[in-house]
Amino acid sequence: MKRLKNFLFLLAAVPVVAFASEAGVHLDKAPVNLSDQDSLQRGARMFVNYCLNCHSAGSMRYSRMQDIGLTEDQIKENLLFAAEKPGETMKVGMDKKDAKAWFGATPPDLSVIARSRSADWLYTYLRGFYRDGTRATGWNNTVFDKVGMPHVLWSLQGEMAPVYKKEGEHEVIERLELVKPGSVTLAEYDAMVGDLVNYLVWMGEPAQLQRKQLGLIVLAFLAVFFVVAYYLKKEYWKDIH
Amino acid sequence: MSALQKMMGWVDDRFPLTATYKAHLSEYYAPKNFNFWYFFGSLALLVLVIQIVTGIFLTMNYKPDSELAFTSVEYIMRDVEWGWLIRYMHSTGASMFFVVVYLHMFRGLMYGSYRKPRELIWIFGVLIYLALMAEAFLGYLLPWGQMSFWGAQVIVNLFAAVPFIGEDLSVWIRGDYVISDATLNRFFAFHVIALPLVLIALVAVHLVALHEVGSNNPDGIEIKKKKDPVTHLPLDGIPFHPYYTVKDIVGVIVFLMVFTAILFFAPEMGGYFIEANNFVPADPLKTPAHIAPLWYFTPFYAILRAVPPLFGSQFPGVVAMGLSIVVMFFLPWLDRGKVKSIRYRGPIYKTMLALFIVSFIGLGYLGLLPSTPVATIFAQVFSVIYFLFFLLMPWYTSIDKTKPEPERVTG
Repeated sequence: MKRLKNFLFLLAAVPVVAFASEAGVHLDKAPVNLSDQDSLQRGARMFVNYCLNCHSAGSMRYSRMQDIGLTEDQIKENLLFAAEKPGETMKVGMDKKDAKAWFGATPPDLSVIARSRSADWLYTYLRGFYRDGTRATGWNNTVFDKVGMPHVLWSLQGEMAPVYKKEGEHEVIERLELVKPGSVTLAEYDAMVGDLVNYLVWMGEPAQLQRKQLGLIVLAFLAVFFVVAYYLKKEYWKDIH
Repeated sequence: MSALQKMMGWVDDRFPLTATYKAHLSEYYAPKNFNFWYFFGSLALLVLVIQIVTGIFLTMNYKPDSELAFTSVEYIMRDVEWGWLIRYMHSTGASMFFVVVYLHMFRGLMYGSYRKPRELIWIFGVLIYLALMAEAFLGYLLPWGQMSFWGAQVIVNLFAAVPFIGEDLSVWIRGDYVISDATLNRFFAFHVIALPLVLIALVAVHLVALHEVGSNNPDGIEIKKKKDPVTHLPLDGIPFHPYYTVKDIVGVIVFLMVFTAILFFAPEMGGYFIEANNFVPADPLKTPAHIAPLWYFTPFYAILRAVPPLFGSQFPGVVAMGLSIVVMFFLPWLDRGKVKSIRYRGPIYKTMLALFIVSFIGLGYLGLLPSTPVATIFAQVFSVIYFLFFLLMPWYTSIDKTKPEPERVTG
């Protein structure tokens, strides 16, 4: 009996083990809404203007943006800076070796960044840059310490400085505080980053809009098929006792 | 005689078509009391077909080249017509294969389906399970993401723990000193040709053996013992076709509803079916902080980690992991129970089976987590229970108080 009790105790403690293993960086919830085409289009414009100078999206074709409500002409006129035809993928002009020399690492391809990093991480990361004189770029980040990327969107957000609090022996960043305003308010900046992350999530898997729609049709079909199959089985089995 | 009958006659004189159809479908007598647990054999066959068909279409667009592999998967996901659907069917199918096979094996444990005269069916089944694990492991390298690369690295390094020949053995498996293009190419060859052939052959002998001795049932009694004196057919048997074909169609639809719900609405299954880190291309210079194998390997991975190294060598853990699967082969001879089915087993067997299942799931859960001292103690306790279930079986099944089996199958 005692052994059984010990065993049950062990079982009860299992979730505690799991909890202890989770590293704790708080991530803000990204406002992802893939049915909001305006947001996706605003995000696409931000992506092309700000991210695509250094980062590629080598699996993404410009023309795919027709899925989020843009026409081919709109894509050609407004978004096609680094390519000639809408059928091309989103490559980057910057040389990989230069990039490595400038930032310490080649900026990663962003085609599936939302799938490896998660929307919440990206949303927090892009709002987590702060001034740090010890870094070569002059910037550091709350979720990606000693990041090689400078704060590309600083002219929008402005400059943030960390506010520290004591946690035991260490000083940790409690929050960021605006010290030099940018061209938009912080609330507007959050919304812009939200659009950008929304776009990144969509770009991670452009088929996902179609996927969910098709899923409903398939499940509806199977539900009808189930009823037919169920009564067919019943009919065949009525003589088996 | 109609033209069709004539044609069948012509074929039957040259090939046993009608005889095969009768032996395996229309006159294969299966017990009439199959329950929920008996869906998973035919479902495993269905998933095998899904994997082979989707695999063929993936192979048409996938590039087994370390420079191109990762991008070619994204190409399939974006530019190939219905490529995303085919790829998700294959990735969901891989995990669902194990779900179905684990439930199928659990059914075997519950109703004693491995007992005489079905020992070979069980052994072929364990071989299928082994081939399936190899197939899944090899296939997981192909997307060439970080988890593909480092997972393969960890598993191939296990072979390096073998004394004396380990280093050479691991180089021989990889075809290189590290996981590289050479490894990717050979894994691709094994994944798309060698192991599918082995799997299909094993499934065929598994079924031939089953149809030779006949199916077990939830009562664990032999229906062939009670035959109709006139027709010599088992009284509790019904022809597989049409009775179990129409019944299995219902099972197939329910299964497909689960399958498609995952496929269309949560293809990553929260990182259990497709890991987030596998969306980062393989980088031999960047070791991920936490390398977790896919969920269906984690029970064995947890056993591996539970065994402390000896003289700095991981070999004892590797041996324990190997034994945890080898021991399954001996199951038919370890069980000395007077009855087959859990329905008539005594309390000791029921307790042991429950402990075994809890340990297996517990190990699977722990295998997902980073190694911590507390987690290791849990894994050690569960590993000991896992092995005791098998090793003590001759003793506890022979002293267990069983109930009498019925003469004929019950509901």
